[in-house]
Amino acid sequence: MRYGYYPGCSLERNAGAYHTSLMAVAAQLGVEFAEVDDWNCCGATEFIAVNRLRAYALVSRNLALAARQTTGSNGASQGQLVAPCSACYLNLSKVEHYLSESPALASDVNNALAAGGLSYEPGSLRVRHLLDVMVNDVGYEKVAARVRRPLHGLRVAPYYGCLVVRPGFQGRFDDPEYPTSLDRLMRTLGATVVDFPLKAHCCGGHMTQISRDVALELIRRLLKNAADYQADMIVTLCPMCQLNLDAFQESVNGLFGTEYRIPILFFTQLMGLAFGLSPAAVGIGKEFIDARPALAKIGAAAPAAAEAAPRRKPRRGDQSLPLPQMPEEE
Amino acid sequence: MSAETPNRARHDPHATPDAGHGERVGVYVCHCGHNIANTVAVEEVARWAGEQPNVVVARDYKFMCSSLGQELIEQDIQQLGLNRVVVAACSPHMHEKTFRSACQRAGLNPYLFEMANIREMGSWATDDREAATQKARAQVKGAVDRAVHQQPLEPLYVDINPNTLVVGGGIAGLTAALELANAGYHVYLVERDSSIGGHMAKLDKTFPTLDCAACILTPKMVDVANHPNITLMTWSEVIAVHGYVGNFTVRVRKKARYIKEDLCTGCGTCVEKCPVRIIDQNFEVGLGYRKAVYRNFPQAVPKYPVIDTANCTFFQRGKCRACEIVCPTDAIDFNQKDQIVDLEVGNIILATGYEQFDARRVPQYGYGRLANVFTSMEFERMVNAAGPTAGRVVLRDGVTVPKRIGIIHCVGSRDKNYHEYCSRACCMAALKFAHLVHERVPEAEVFNFYIDIRASGKHYEEFYHRVLSESTHFIRGRVAEVTDAARGPGEEGQLIIQVEDTLIGKQRRIPVDMVILMAGMESRKDARQVAALFGLGCDYDGWFTERHAKLDPVVTMTEGILVAGACQGPKAIPESVAQGSAAAARVAGMIGQRVMKMEPVRASIDAASCSGCRICNTLCPYHAITFHEDRKVSEVITALCQGCGACVAACPSAAISGAHFTRDQVLAQIEGILWDARQPEVLWLEPQ
Repeated sequence: MRYGYYPGCSLERNAGAYHTSLMAVAAQLGVEFAEVDDWNCCGATEFIAVNRLRAYALVSRNLALAARQTTGSNGASQGQLVAPCSACYLNLSKVEHYLSESPALASDVNNALAAGGLSYEPGSLRVRHLLDVMVNDVGYEKVAARVRRPLHGLRVAPYYGCLVVRPGFQGRFDDPEYPTSLDRLMRTLGATVVDFPLKAHCCGGHMTQISRDVALELIRRLLKNAADYQADMIVTLCPMCQLNLDAFQESVNGLFGTEYRIPILFFTQLMGLAFGLSPAAVGIGKEFIDARPALAKIGAAAPAAAEAAPRRKPRRGDQSLPLPQMPEEE
Repeated sequence: MSAETPNRARHDPHATPDAGHGERVGVYVCHCGHNIANTVAVEEVARWAGEQPNVVVARDYKFMCSSLGQELIEQDIQQLGLNRVVVAACSPHMHEKTFRSACQRAGLNPYLFEMANIREMGSWATDDREAATQKARAQVKGAVDRAVHQQPLEPLYVDINPNTLVVGGGIAGLTAALELANAGYHVYLVERDSSIGGHMAKLDKTFPTLDCAACILTPKMVDVANHPNITLMTWSEVIAVHGYVGNFTVRVRKKARYIKEDLCTGCGTCVEKCPVRIIDQNFEVGLGYRKAVYRNFPQAVPKYPVIDTANCTFFQRGKCRACEIVCPTDAIDFNQKDQIVDLEVGNIILATGYEQFDARRVPQYGYGRLANVFTSMEFERMVNAAGPTAGRVVLRDGVTVPKRIGIIHCVGSRDKNYHEYCSRACCMAALKFAHLVHERVPEAEVFNFYIDIRASGKHYEEFYHRVLSESTHFIRGRVAEVTDAARGPGEEGQLIIQVEDTLIGKQRRIPVDMVILMAGMESRKDARQVAALFGLGCDYDGWFTERHAKLDPVVTMTEGILVAGACQGPKAIPESVAQGSAAAARVAGMIGQRVMKMEPVRASIDAASCSGCRICNTLCPYHAITFHEDRKVSEVITALCQGCGACVAACPSAAISGAHFTRDQVLAQIEGILWDARQPEVLWLEPQ
């Protein structure tokens, strides 16, 4: 399996551990991520609000480069471009969608691209998020087969953030309100997944720079929720989410008088650990909130039977009503 | 453009030698008020039609279906000696009968009439006047060229079997069965479940009068069971349907109950002694338990229990036999087998009902994840005195009485992600719930989260006002989520309903103890299979399609197959009952005619051309073709043939012809429609 790979700026800086771990995991799974040469910024969340056409052209330059470098490489008519960052994923898939939808926009954008000797034919790329590729292309079975060190004993809160399953541009891969693919992936690795009702809620995004108190309240809710469910850590798939929850955790504690010490890791880091890679190989140690105390739990204790399985037969004198049946997973 | 009959038609063995010569056609183009005239240049189409070969007269008229329009046709037939009539107007479903009768009154065989649908297929389909007019010309030309080949036909008469099959024993089916039985006709009522009553049997109270559902339903169920004109077949399913209106043969599988109905007294000892207790996913919708030998509810009709083999210890492990040992009348029979029964009926009423939308599909509302989120049907069972909590309103622990209850409307309905339609009954049910909570737990607070309150029925709005005056809170806004993630101390341990209150324009978080999801109605999962079995249509959402949404809501496009109740679309009890009665009245009217006029559109085989290949024998969906071994030729049994044309198309020797759809007629129509095909201008349907 070969994909075009668009790392985005954060994976070169604050989310370096994401890049390191996803590359290490990809090598283990036989997936090739070919980085797009000479890629540029995706415009993040702000630029589209400043000047739409320029923002589209900015993103389209990446699409054009990626299409040129990935299409046809494996005989498929449509190239696949993977973005590990939720914001990059949103911008790339959104612009691809708008270009396909509006020939007029595609023509304007292509006029701009022509200045750099580039062009982009809408529809020639399918933009995917890394999680989508891991669970749907690689698949849970193949991941399970690679697990050497199951994450038994580790309670994780799966955090999707607001962007990854919300855009419906190129086929959503999970429920937009209550996604479960990361939950299942973590269970595949042997971890215990806690119910995390805020899993698709906002982390504050860039609000930390604009309205700090608003952002810290949003972060506090997430940390409290994870702590309420006794999660050892929050696992995420977005550099923005990771940064906000990790780097601003001390600020939250300062503002609200809380004492949260919840490590925030990328899902690929846990995949790597479960595959038997060393913590250093998956970038453990770069986080602000030290993940090592939590990771020490792996294999140390059997999963706590916190959630008792629903009883099939009620005991004598028990008046409780049966719980609704849920469809069998896995 | 050539008026000459195509050459191919001359070789048709069924072609009449003089077809296409000397016929006198009258063409009438209808304005249909503005419906057609606004988009099609009707005068021009009529003028042009008058110039076509064989056309003696061509007129346009405001409303052809009016009596004046019909008289126009009659006069022309008599005065101008027309022997073919073409009306370009609406769909033949609408007015073919009207114009055929007009022809008949003037002494013209009705099958010498032809209709061109320039409304549904023309004026209503586009705003492009030029294109619509051009298409109307083509349709008229096709109809004229076809009409000259049409032959006089005589209708067939078939006897109508006075028995009726009603499928589904909910309130709609029960009503239909009783109405027909009381009119003196025999009814077979087939119900898939072990007892009749349907969803209504699960309810406690019915809005808006709050009379007890069981009190008004049980007498009807007993009437059905005891009625001399009703054969009640519960625990049974229709597996095959053959035949046509007036003469259906229906094959029913009577599933084994493992109870001898002639011996069982319905004492219930077997149920009491059965050691297996499982969650009842059917009648108690997962909120209560039942045994492996069970009855849905104490007053179930019929009274005989049924053994659930998947959970019965004897069927699974070969021992137990507790029920057999305790049965005082030796009515348990573990060796019972399914029985196949064939029924002969003239009409079939489908009343197969609905299913509740699966609330798990809206994960942000937490059903299945958060214990104290209930579905509306669970709550119905909870407030029912015969239900799992004996009518007590409690949380999932079975003990705690909720102090704050949130009722969320439109779960799965009025939502593009699930069903765009309104399920109609849920608003009223939600109001009923609010009232019942106030009645049972007077100190509790009730919050209704609604988009609009749809209380459009007799005494519905009044009931809404009554509930308003009982100080129920109404919050207008679609709920974003139900969560147990508390933001602070005030919310701990409760379910938080996050909603935008659109009346005050603010986000609100309302903590409650219990949430009730008003899950909407959806069509049954097997609705499409059932539709295929009975040969009727389903719409996009799986509801059975009626012949006309407004004017013919109980009859389907398939003669003799009728629909009643929620299988046709979401409905509350009053409408289901009305539709059940209406379907029964239609059937009674049909039976009263004793014989039915059938379209003479039938296939026939020219024995001289038949090669005896027998391809048509197996192809015929109505088993209407028989093979004569002695002469090695096939023959169509006219009474069974439905005129579908499958054999006509398949016959490699062109030995089969369909009356009113002969090769020369169909080919002439095609050539007529393509009269201008040689011209370079081609009409494309372009998006925008």
